[in-house]
Amino acid sequence: MPNILLVGATSAIAQALAHEFAARGANLVLWGRSPERLQTLGADLRIRWGGKVETETVDVNACEFHNAKFDRAVRAVDGLDAAVFCHGSLSNQGECEKDFSQAEKQLRINCLSVISLLTVSANYFQMRRKGTIVAISSVAGDRGRQSNYVYGTAKAALNVFLQGMRNRLHSSGVKVITVKPGFVDTPMTGHLKKGVLFASPSRVSQDILRAIELGRPVVYTPWFWRYIMLIIRLIPETLFQRLKL
Amino acid sequence: MNRPFGSWGRYPQNSHHTHKLLWSTDPLPPSNGQLMLAYGFGRSYGDSCQNNAGTLLLTQALNHFLAFDQEQGLLRCESGVSLDEVLKLIVPYGYFLPTTPGTKFITVGGALANDVHGKNHHRAGTFGCAVTQFELLRSNGERLLCSPELNPEWFRATVGGLGLTGLITWVEFKLRRIESAFIKVESLKFRNIQEFFEISAESDTHFEHTVSWLDCLSKGASLGRGILMRGNHAPASAGNLKAHRQPKLSVPCDLPGFALNQWSIKVFNAAYYSRLRAKATLATTHYDPFFYPLDVLNHWNRIYGRRGFFQYQFVVPFAGDQTVIREILGKIAASGQGSFLAVLKAFGNRKSPGLLSFPREGITLALDIPNRGRQTLDLLNALDLTVSAAGGRLYPAKDARMSAAMFQTSYPEWQEFANYVDPAFSSGFWRRVTGGSE
Repeated sequence: MPNILLVGATSAIAQALAHEFAARGANLVLWGRSPERLQTLGADLRIRWGGKVETETVDVNACEFHNAKFDRAVRAVDGLDAAVFCHGSLSNQGECEKDFSQAEKQLRINCLSVISLLTVSANYFQMRRKGTIVAISSVAGDRGRQSNYVYGTAKAALNVFLQGMRNRLHSSGVKVITVKPGFVDTPMTGHLKKGVLFASPSRVSQDILRAIELGRPVVYTPWFWRYIMLIIRLIPETLFQRLKL
Repeated sequence: MNRPFGSWGRYPQNSHHTHKLLWSTDPLPPSNGQLMLAYGFGRSYGDSCQNNAGTLLLTQALNHFLAFDQEQGLLRCESGVSLDEVLKLIVPYGYFLPTTPGTKFITVGGALANDVHGKNHHRAGTFGCAVTQFELLRSNGERLLCSPELNPEWFRATVGGLGLTGLITWVEFKLRRIESAFIKVESLKFRNIQEFFEISAESDTHFEHTVSWLDCLSKGASLGRGILMRGNHAPASAGNLKAHRQPKLSVPCDLPGFALNQWSIKVFNAAYYSRLRAKATLATTHYDPFFYPLDVLNHWNRIYGRRGFFQYQFVVPFAGDQTVIREILGKIAASGQGSFLAVLKAFGNRKSPGLLSFPREGITLALDIPNRGRQTLDLLNALDLTVSAAGGRLYPAKDARMSAAMFQTSYPEWQEFANYVDPAFSSGFWRRVTGGSE
């Protein structure tokens, strides 16, 4: 029975994933900011699926505690088989442009905190010579666009970090999966007008699950984003700079 | 502003602001001067789930189970959990809902706020009778733990309180033990209303669940003919504890207004009545088709087209005198505005726990009537006169048109109840029946 750490567990995608994992008999360690929400989610998962669910209130920005917290997670379920990083914040581009401290905050949560946790978990799984690391990135990291390039920068850096780590861990048999969702109908995008491109969290969670099962290194979800982003990446920069994207 | 958050009867049609609630532990959103109302699956028929120009607090994502005591049969869950989800969880453990209305696609919060009833009312009373405690979140941020002992006045106001006393965040209620997911059902034909009364009382003595379907277009000697269905939970050997599955059928679009008319309903009713060849039949059936025959068809309200329909459900005291029921059935049959869903049941004497709870001892009849505008409203107004004269009343969860006077006379507790209404909460129904502008 796999033991899985879910970070940012009360996010919509992570909740959907937690149910998918629990339904398959996994034991879960849930990390989140709000103890009340974690307690609610934990109770729900235990009642519905009957597996073991441990919860831990964690401020992911406090990187100095990541080692100790990760150790606790490992001990809580007697060894981890996978770690899934779902936390993040959709940046307000306008504010980040006006004020670097806002941009810094966004880079900290969307990039640095993940890199710190990836470092800890990579070392753990490398030592065990097995395991799966999943990080939710975004299609926004595929090309810088004026509408959200601070968020995009964080995700682009994360993508390269994951790429390098995947390369490093390949010989240890550890899988590293980069997930690139497009628009997902979650509280994070609550303020955006919903269109046909929006996918449900449960759709995204099923795609992630399949990627884990099939060992796919990079997964776009839903699948059509791979081609949308391919086209967007292929536009020459001289033309791209004129576009309003 | 959004239109799609309508009521099941699709009348009246309103526009709302919406706010999706995600966690029962979160505070309420700022009201911004707008009146709020919780909205689950929108299965209330009239305007008790509507709040024109105000905000609907969408509760479907408040769908977490919080505690399940398998020994005591006690379940606590957030208010947006549906009865559908509850059944999927509890049936395999050998439990069933304490009582259930005719659809499982309602929230637990809605079941509490409307103090719903079911086919076992003569035994179990209303849903509120099984509620042990719940939490009420008021717009001033106060969280009230309510039970028959703790804050009992808030308990009485909120059970059946139509969501007006604040947001119900979670509910704890008692489950009923079952040995099988199946029901042993007997169907008995009755040739007229006289026969119904002859078999009804005896059925209630021996059966936990009783309900009757009525052909309300039949006249004369067959006035009030129909089929009485009565059932008990089957013993362990008769079946297993498998929960239901998802419905597959759906009405894809609105049917044109003429699809349901006097003749098509007459044909349906005659066929439905004649379906049972024998006077009485026996069967063992899964709980799903027994309790939720209409749930197999998603969006069945589209059958009534864009203009929607009215559900008219009343209860009148009954002491052996059939004239009231006869008078009402006579008026409906004479109007030719029939209903192919006419449901008759005798309520038991168990007291409903809420100030505004609808059920009380007597006979209740529920009718679906297509909205044909003026003539339909005229018929319902005429029925109101009979119901009022008999000391009866209508079910707020299903009402879209009763007069303020009728509500205030038949629910004299409304003034006491009004003291508990949250100043930031309201509904179309409440403004209508308390003399507001809508």
